[in-house]
Amino acid sequence: MIKHLISISDLSKSEVVDIISQAEKLKEVNERDIKKVPTLRGKTIINLFLEPSTRTRLSFEIGGKRLSADTINLSSSGSSALKGESFADTLLNIQALNPDIIVLRDKNSGSPFLAKKYLSKTAVINAGDGMREHPTQALLDLMTIKQVKKKIDNLKICIIGDIRHSRVAKSNIYLHMLLGNEINLVGPETLVPLEFQNKNLFGNKIKIFDNIQKGIENADVIICLRMQFERMQDSYITTIQDYIDKFALSEKLYNKYSKDAMILHPGPVNRGVELDSKLIEQSSSYLQDQVNNGLALRMALLIKYSYALKEENA
Amino acid sequence: MDNSIPLNWKKIIDKETLNKSLTRICYEIIEKNVNNQAIAIVGIRTNGEFLAKRILNKLTEISTETYDYGVLDITLYRDDLKYNNEMPLVKATDLPFSIKGKKIILIDDILYTGRTIRSALNAICDFGRPACVELAVLADRGHREFPIRPDYVGKNIPTNETDFVKVKLEETNHQEGIYLIPGESK
Repeated sequence: MIKHLISISDLSKSEVVDIISQAEKLKEVNERDIKKVPTLRGKTIINLFLEPSTRTRLSFEIGGKRLSADTINLSSSGSSALKGESFADTLLNIQALNPDIIVLRDKNSGSPFLAKKYLSKTAVINAGDGMREHPTQALLDLMTIKQVKKKIDNLKICIIGDIRHSRVAKSNIYLHMLLGNEINLVGPETLVPLEFQNKNLFGNKIKIFDNIQKGIENADVIICLRMQFERMQDSYITTIQDYIDKFALSEKLYNKYSKDAMILHPGPVNRGVELDSKLIEQSSSYLQDQVNNGLALRMALLIKYSYALKEENA
Repeated sequence: MDNSIPLNWKKIIDKETLNKSLTRICYEIIEKNVNNQAIAIVGIRTNGEFLAKRILNKLTEISTETYDYGVLDITLYRDDLKYNNEMPLVKATDLPFSIKGKKIILIDDILYTGRTIRSALNAICDFGRPACVELAVLADRGHREFPIRPDYVGKNIPTNETDFVKVKLEETNHQEGIYLIPGESK
């Protein structure tokens, strides 16, 4: 069986711990003068990015290159998708070229499952599918949390904003449920799916707030989410200003209710909408560390999922 | 921290002999360094790291020179990864000095096929251009698969290819010594 990373539920707690510790060790490679090791020499990694991305695509590409794999980037504008080729045909053609790993970003929720079905010899790493999951982002967030808080359990995680459309929020929720952390979800009721209140599905660890003050109180970690205007076909909020008044994390609120919390944001940031510009530049926010850790984290994943393959072929 | 040594493990080198071997290696290192080159002692994880630390301590005791010290993890450079079924666990490499122009003395516990040393040489060269690289090992058990030879040897141990040789050190065990575990005879 080839292992894939499509959802957080593909991972056990001990695998999560191993991945983070591998990534911490791999940071050293990125600080060398010669930033290259031969570990994945001869491996082919295709980054199929059918939706825009800067950080995720760059870090998978650079990470693959630093491990000596051959990385090829394919985006929808440069591929036959523009000529009307279906996703399934694209996958079959990729399969015929026999890559070892495909890193997939797509606007359609669930497309990695389709990819897994068509690719019999290739490991699929989900780099974000629609509104569903973005597991590698949740893992790099966790790596950054461990770097600052020195632990990954007994934490209160607060996620603010557009949770409905956010794959980052969902992967973070599942990851912190796996670790047994407390989770506060904050946002207007239209943007926080009510299913997270279902105690049968999610237990007692998740609390939902439509009041930011109460939601962020004594949090260890605050994850701000981007308002995903491009995914909103209908209006989920009254006006932007109304949303900002109620749910933007301002310096004043932060200092009053949660000054020990570290601030994360998966990017790109709408400055002033979900997060105060002043907070981005102060020492309690770790947006740059997230990007930096993201590179090492993705290198650890590329090694892990190349080995998932070798298990099969050994 | 396993305390017990299995019955079929034969202790071939005890703690005292092991210590004497390390001391002799140190005198040889000093004796051989006629040009007073800058030396860096680099241990290969895991046991080589502890042996390198001991060698460093002895060298600083018996000579007036100062030595750089570093640790090399070769996991990312191994050539046998695809034959293992588990995800290789990388430990960090730590070389807090410039390799350039230095005499590097690699330290490992057992020299066997030479593949570890081949990987270590590749790893070292990714950090810069050393003046030269030498190899010191606690024990040489033979059966080389690559043209590699040690410059300093604690003990030569004749073995069969199927035998296992294990080194236990006090840093990670309660026991210390080199053990021979006879393999199936062909």
